[in-house]
Amino acid sequence: MKPFRMLARSIRDAFKSVKRNFSLSLASVSCITITLIIVAIAIIASFNVQNFTKEIEKDLTVVAFLNNDATEEDVLNVENALKNIKNVDTYTFQSKIEVKEQMQQESEIFNAVLDTWEDNESPLKDTFQIKVKEVEEIGTTAEQIKNIDKVSVVRYGEGMVDKMISAFTSIKKVTIVVVVALIIVTVFLIINTIKLTIDNRKREIGIMRVVGASNITIKTPFVIEGMILGLLGSIIPVIFTTYGYLAFYQHFDGYLYSELIQLIEPEPFIYNASIIVVAIGILVGMVGSASAVRKYLKI
Amino acid sequence: MDLIRIKNVEKKYKNGVTAIYDLNLAIEKGAFVFVIGGSGSGKSTLIKMLYREEKPTKGQIIVGGLDVAKLRNRKVYRLRRKLGIVFQNFRLLEKQTVYENVAFALEVIGAPKDEIREKVLKALEDVGLKNKLHNYPDQLSGGEQQRVAIARAIVNDPKLLLCDEPTGNLDPERSMEIMKVLDDINKSRGTTIIMATHDKDIVDKMKKQVITLKDGHLVNFKQKGTYNNEAI
Ligand SMILES: Nc1ncnc2c1ncn2[C@@H]1O[C@H](COP(=O)(O)OP(=O)(O)OP(=O)(O)O)[C@@H](O)[C@H]1O
Ligand SMILES: [Mg+2]
Repeated sequence: MKPFRMLARSIRDAFKSVKRNFSLSLASVSCITITLIIVAIAIIASFNVQNFTKEIEKDLTVVAFLNNDATEEDVLNVENALKNIKNVDTYTFQSKIEVKEQMQQESEIFNAVLDTWEDNESPLKDTFQIKVKEVEEIGTTAEQIKNIDKVSVVRYGEGMVDKMISAFTSIKKVTIVVVVALIIVTVFLIINTIKLTIDNRKREIGIMRVVGASNITIKTPFVIEGMILGLLGSIIPVIFTTYGYLAFYQHFDGYLYSELIQLIEPEPFIYNASIIVVAIGILVGMVGSASAVRKYLKI
Repeated sequence: MDLIRIKNVEKKYKNGVTAIYDLNLAIEKGAFVFVIGGSGSGKSTLIKMLYREEKPTKGQIIVGGLDVAKLRNRKVYRLRRKLGIVFQNFRLLEKQTVYENVAFALEVIGAPKDEIREKVLKALEDVGLKNKLHNYPDQLSGGEQQRVAIARAIVNDPKLLLCDEPTGNLDPERSMEIMKVLDDINKSRGTTIIMATHDKDIVDKMKKQVITLKDGHLVNFKQKGTYNNEAI
């Protein structure tokens, strides 16, 4: 009963002082709002990027074509060499006969043309289809595979994959820098807002000390005030996240540019993203006010 | 039974000034004690050490069983709940009524509402301000404001009431009203009162125990003392 009563009192005090320091509170809330909108974009983007990369990774295969004259022993040698490359995850071998059969099954025309070739004059090649562990290093791995004896050509989604991966990494870096900078500015603003509240209430705090209020009782309203600022600041970003992403998803029919880049289904993604946004808002408010309390309320 | 026991206490401020030298003192429960002495003699320092606003640099201070000198910052509130403090400058909250000012002391320690109401009304009755519950401090005379401060100090029924020049801002007539209120509290509630003062008339008229300080030294501690100008 008593802790509940004290908490109710703290919350009431916190709301009062948000109202009393309206302009600075508004500045803090606006700053939190802007920060969280950008954080929300970063969250949506990074989850989606992670999703794309996973999808791409699943599809991404390095195909190594062997020379036409490769013997069974050569195939074994290539296989051993593949085993020694660290980034190679799994591979499957398809002999030229298997390739031919597959192609013949796929199309009538191929079937007719391919039938006229004897196996020894076939232009088809034995192939290894290889999955890698780290997609970022696929270029180097392809290079290593190409250097294996009797491997003639290596193919993977070169240009597109490389560009996409490097774009993703730079986007990630930029967002991290922007988000961190914004969070620092926000925390700083919150510290100043709470400092003002503390200044306004120096007298009251002095009296509280004299009549025997515990330190927690004195500090709690300020920390709650910070949390309220964080909570108020996350309202618009949450609306932005839920409705914004929904509209975005519907506008693009769920994918970007090609079916390869699938967007994450809005539900439950938008709820999870909103929870993260609110949590960050409250946390930033709490950290700001807690450090203000520690700095300016030397008790 | 002693409520306060002070042993070999020294207080040296950070700037090098020693305000109290080797003080030994015991004050009984229910006593009414004046602390007198010239300006800078250490009266306020002594009072501040009793409520742990300042820590002694040497020695031991026991208040109602609590070792004040050893009390951690975080636990000071335990001491403060056992005592009331009255200052020269009242220290009321300007935007709150008389009732709210007194209730504040109980609210911040988490007392339930019914208990607050009952205790606040009793305290305001004891200081003779029951008819001014809804006034704001700036609608009261200095003497009345000080009585509100006293009500706030005694509302939680402390064992000890510390007053640092409570009549310092008041004319002689108002001062005597305050002394009457304090004397009544001492008698009816049995609250131990320690009051630092400059006021010769008050000390001479009240005939209480008197501690005399001079440049940080205890010069005497008398039952039914008077204001001895020579000792100061
Ligand atoms: N916070 C402080 N820091 C440094 N020195 C202090 C501090 N407070 C008091 N002093 C010094 O300690 C001595 C005693 O001061 P104190 O305030 O206890 O005297 P007092 O008897 O209350 O005087 P007054 O009658 O003028 O109120 C003085 O020399 C004063 O300058
Ligand atoms: Mg003084």
